[in-house]
Amino acid sequence: MMVTVASGKGGTGKTTVAANLARICGATLLDCDVEEPNAHLFLKGEPCGEPEIVSVPVPEVDEGRCDGCGECGRFCAYKALVVLGRRVLVFPELCHGCGGCMRVCPKGAIRETRQRIGSVETFRSGNMTLVQGRLDIGVAAAPPLIRAVKNHAPKDGDALVDAPPGTACPVVTALRGTDCAVLVTEPTPFGLHDLGLAVDVVRELGLPFGVVVNRADADDCARAACRAGHIPLLAEIPDDRRIAEAYSRGELAVEAVPEYRRVFETLMTRINGLGAKQTRADTDGHKHE
Amino acid sequence: MSDPAKPREIVVISGKGGTGKTSVTASFAVLAAGRAVLADCDVDAADLHLVLSPRIVTRAEFKSGYGAVIRSEACTGCGTCAELCRFGAVRPSERVSGARQVYAVDPAACEGCGVCVRFCPAGAIAFSERVSGEWMVSETRCGPMVHARLHAAAENSGKLVSVVRNEARRVAEERQLPLIISDGPPGIGCPVISSVTGADGVLAVTEPTVSGEHDLARVMQLTRHFGVPTFVCVNKWDLNPDAAGRIERAAERAGARLVGRIRYDRGVTDAQRQAKAVVETDTPAAADVRSLWKKVETD
Repeated sequence: MMVTVASGKGGTGKTTVAANLARICGATLLDCDVEEPNAHLFLKGEPCGEPEIVSVPVPEVDEGRCDGCGECGRFCAYKALVVLGRRVLVFPELCHGCGGCMRVCPKGAIRETRQRIGSVETFRSGNMTLVQGRLDIGVAAAPPLIRAVKNHAPKDGDALVDAPPGTACPVVTALRGTDCAVLVTEPTPFGLHDLGLAVDVVRELGLPFGVVVNRADADDCARAACRAGHIPLLAEIPDDRRIAEAYSRGELAVEAVPEYRRVFETLMTRINGLGAKQTRADTDGHKHE
Repeated sequence: MSDPAKPREIVVISGKGGTGKTSVTASFAVLAAGRAVLADCDVDAADLHLVLSPRIVTRAEFKSGYGAVIRSEACTGCGTCAELCRFGAVRPSERVSGARQVYAVDPAACEGCGVCVRFCPAGAIAFSERVSGEWMVSETRCGPMVHARLHAAAENSGKLVSVVRNEARRVAEERQLPLIISDGPPGIGCPVISSVTGADGVLAVTEPTVSGEHDLARVMQLTRHFGVPTFVCVNKWDLNPDAAGRIERAAERAGARLVGRIRYDRGVTDAQRQAKAVVETDTPAAADVRSLWKKVETD
């Protein structure tokens, strides 16, 4: 089973939830927050082999063959190729790597080269494996790197995906193809508002999901919102300064404050329940697309 | 030298999410009331409006890019589209048209490149402009505000950020306001690059944790890469004073200017619950934020 931990708002505790769960259940953790990967700070694993360099295809124009007809520039939806007179200017940072320019060029003057966007590193940490993507500085598009990280999901065995914040394409890429989603929020107006946005995204993708309320305190707003929206509340992690301090030092809650093992074990059981429902729906042929 | 007619644009970012960007931006908006245009560049999870309660004056659709749609009645089921799509967006459809297996495009995965449209031998694929959000110009108690909302699971957040920034600049010039204060998105990718390039200054708000430290280092590499002057502030510094000091020393070595610290104060969340900026309450952290603004403003 593959479970994605997402949130909408940043800093609500996605990495805390994903890393602690991975530690107690031994699942492979796929850190797909490739702009700011943090899980390694808490799991402190040993690297397994060299990092894998991830690149994307970008066009390269053979000036000898190009006659400046402009077909590539007219076709490119991202304006990554601009034809000025007989010259083609290529802006690789705008390219999505669709390959269209190469196919439409009547002279066969365009081929693809690879442009590096980041790396994927694998670590072994105790009972589990961490795979993380790290986007190069100045690179705009995270989705291809997120896909490269997700390719490391074990064929059999469980994986947890630590998603980036937000609701746009990087989050969607992290969520796609997973069995269910865990949305982490906090009981504040910002947390609740962005939870609503994250719920819209997982519903759009047709994924079963539940909510974890982190830093839960006397404010009942998150619990009430889950009840009102008929959303399963999977766990509440209390606003406990011991967890915050352990986090600030790079320690996992389940290791620094062992009484929290139970909280994460119960959470894992409930997540398995969400995923199991989905698997049954699949076999019944009623999967919601 | 800065052009006196050109508004000065300060963008608040953080790398790591949840370090307090929006709380700081809202307070700056209050302290610069009447002199600034506010811009919410965190278009996929915008929160500034929850504090500034904007009254929307104009709204516009954000049209961006195209999406492919296969007309199942014209699809011959040849599968060329699925073969050519680099984004895995074309799949066999659950619907069977006549006796044929037809294909369908998953709109959440389609990046609007147009390859399938161009190469479908049956000409069965339509390419239509997509509305992927909206943007608004509003009035708040602090002055005009430009903000946006990206639709769930939409693309092109970077482009929408550019629209918000251009509009904020237009409003500032039209009303002769000397400042633009922007609430930026987390991370270092497309919407962040779109938020900071060409800005006059970036304030990076971080927190004294291993992730705050790690993410700030990457954000500072980004602002250096794009040549944007950077200020740094450690929020909730007293949660881990050693880490706060370490972060500040590293930031200074990397060329940032330290502009202050904000203490850990539950009054910040209480302010948020009352839809107030921190500096509109008398909680202790308000004094820290005021002194922070003074340094950012006069630098």
